[in-house]
Amino acid sequence: MKIGVLAIQGDFDAHRRRLEQLGAEVVLVKKPEQLDAVDGLIIPGGESTTFLKFLEKGGFLEKLREFVRAKPAFGTCAGAILLASQVEDPPQTSLAALDISVRRNAYGRQLESFIGEGETQLPGGPLEMVFIRAPRIERVGAAVEVLAREKNDPVLVRQGKIMAATFHPELSEDTRVHAEFLKLVRNGQ
Amino acid sequence: MSDTNGSGGLRLKTGLAEMLKGGVIMDVTDAAQATVAEKAGATSVMALERVPAQIRAEGGVARMASPRRIREIMAAVSIPVMAKVRIGHFAEAQILEALGVDYVDESEVLTPADEEHHVDKHAFKVPFVCGARNLGEALRRIAEGAAMIRTKGEAGTGDVVHAVKHIRQIVHEMKLLTILREDELMAKAKEWGAPFELVRLVARDGKLPVPNFSAGGIATPADAALVMQLGAEAVFVGSGIFMKDKATPLDLANPQERDEAERRARAIVKATTHFDDPKILLEASEELTGTMKGVSVATLAPEQMLQTRGW
Repeated sequence: MKIGVLAIQGDFDAHRRRLEQLGAEVVLVKKPEQLDAVDGLIIPGGESTTFLKFLEKGGFLEKLREFVRAKPAFGTCAGAILLASQVEDPPQTSLAALDISVRRNAYGRQLESFIGEGETQLPGGPLEMVFIRAPRIERVGAAVEVLAREKNDPVLVRQGKIMAATFHPELSEDTRVHAEFLKLVRNGQ
Repeated sequence: MSDTNGSGGLRLKTGLAEMLKGGVIMDVTDAAQATVAEKAGATSVMALERVPAQIRAEGGVARMASPRRIREIMAAVSIPVMAKVRIGHFAEAQILEALGVDYVDESEVLTPADEEHHVDKHAFKVPFVCGARNLGEALRRIAEGAAMIRTKGEAGTGDVVHAVKHIRQIVHEMKLLTILREDELMAKAKEWGAPFELVRLVARDGKLPVPNFSAGGIATPADAALVMQLGAEAVFVGSGIFMKDKATPLDLANPQERDEAERRARAIVKATTHFDDPKILLEASEELTGTMKGVSVATLAPEQMLQTRGW
């Protein structure tokens, strides 16, 4: 099982380390053709505007749209923004793989970044959540399952093969979120 | 909620730096430049009154940028905004924290405010980045609470030679620590004036406990690729994007000069992501229509060097 991590920019290395810790083989994806060789994809945290600059060239975005229609994908923070069907502040292009609306930097700037804890459907009790200039999910579609909340906000969601978190499970010790994604990839094969 | 000074606070501070890895942080002096930077794919902008090349050419006391200027830049872009304070000037840092910038750079590019002390960065909730020329200096800054280190290089020159020297120095010293005996680590801590516990941490991990970026003279896509291949985790580009001559910025109202700035910015972003792919580096280099003129570091007198400010 090979997992790609989009490595244009951002904390892709933190995801790589977590996936390897869980026994997955990781490919750092910088070019569209590398998507052909992976069974699932993680879109990391970083700056979604920077990601889009690269994706909007050379057919990368189309290739990625095709990928997320067919195979499992998981986005954290900027990755969640890319997967959402609607983005605000400002409105921007996305892969529209997940029926949610997100607002960028909705909690505020870096001074409003925080580490919280919330209830989750994943077995094993509450989940630590690292929010960094995080987006907020403002609407979830009927087909979207909420796997975790922080206060009242949905922060970890799943629709079919697609998962998204507005926080950074790759920056916590807890491996449950990545393990859940790997399960999704395994079942998808 | 997180505490400011505990491990939770530090995780949030380094966490933002993690998000900037593999990207380019660009110096900007107004909202128009910030918009060009964001559109080109910069991960962050550094708000300044004058870029280092202008400070170098014009002289005078270089201070924190005016809050009004920084606010305009913060309003113009959705990416994180950093701003510089003078070394040791904790009151400037308090003002920037109150303003709500995303990162503070305690920078040798500005005129130092204190000859003996750097800012106690643990006292702040806003994260700090600091410059370093070697591992000892990096670890002193981390001990004071810096959540990101950048090599100093020689800012405002467009000459990459000291950015290379400093990233090589830090990477070399980190490698060295990993092969030393425990009793030799204390001798290194003494020699480098670095806190022993941090020396031990680097010896164990082979890397800094915070992200390690590169700055100071990076002017072309090839320069960015060079420092990335040498071990930098992201790059700061100061004067290399918007400067024409020593003290004259490209005029963004002039379509041709605007195009040149946009090309430079896009090319450096591309080269930083694909730093190990010579074919893409060639493409990026070919997209340029010009580069800053620059000044060779070897021709600078010792008192003209910015990198020796701070300790």
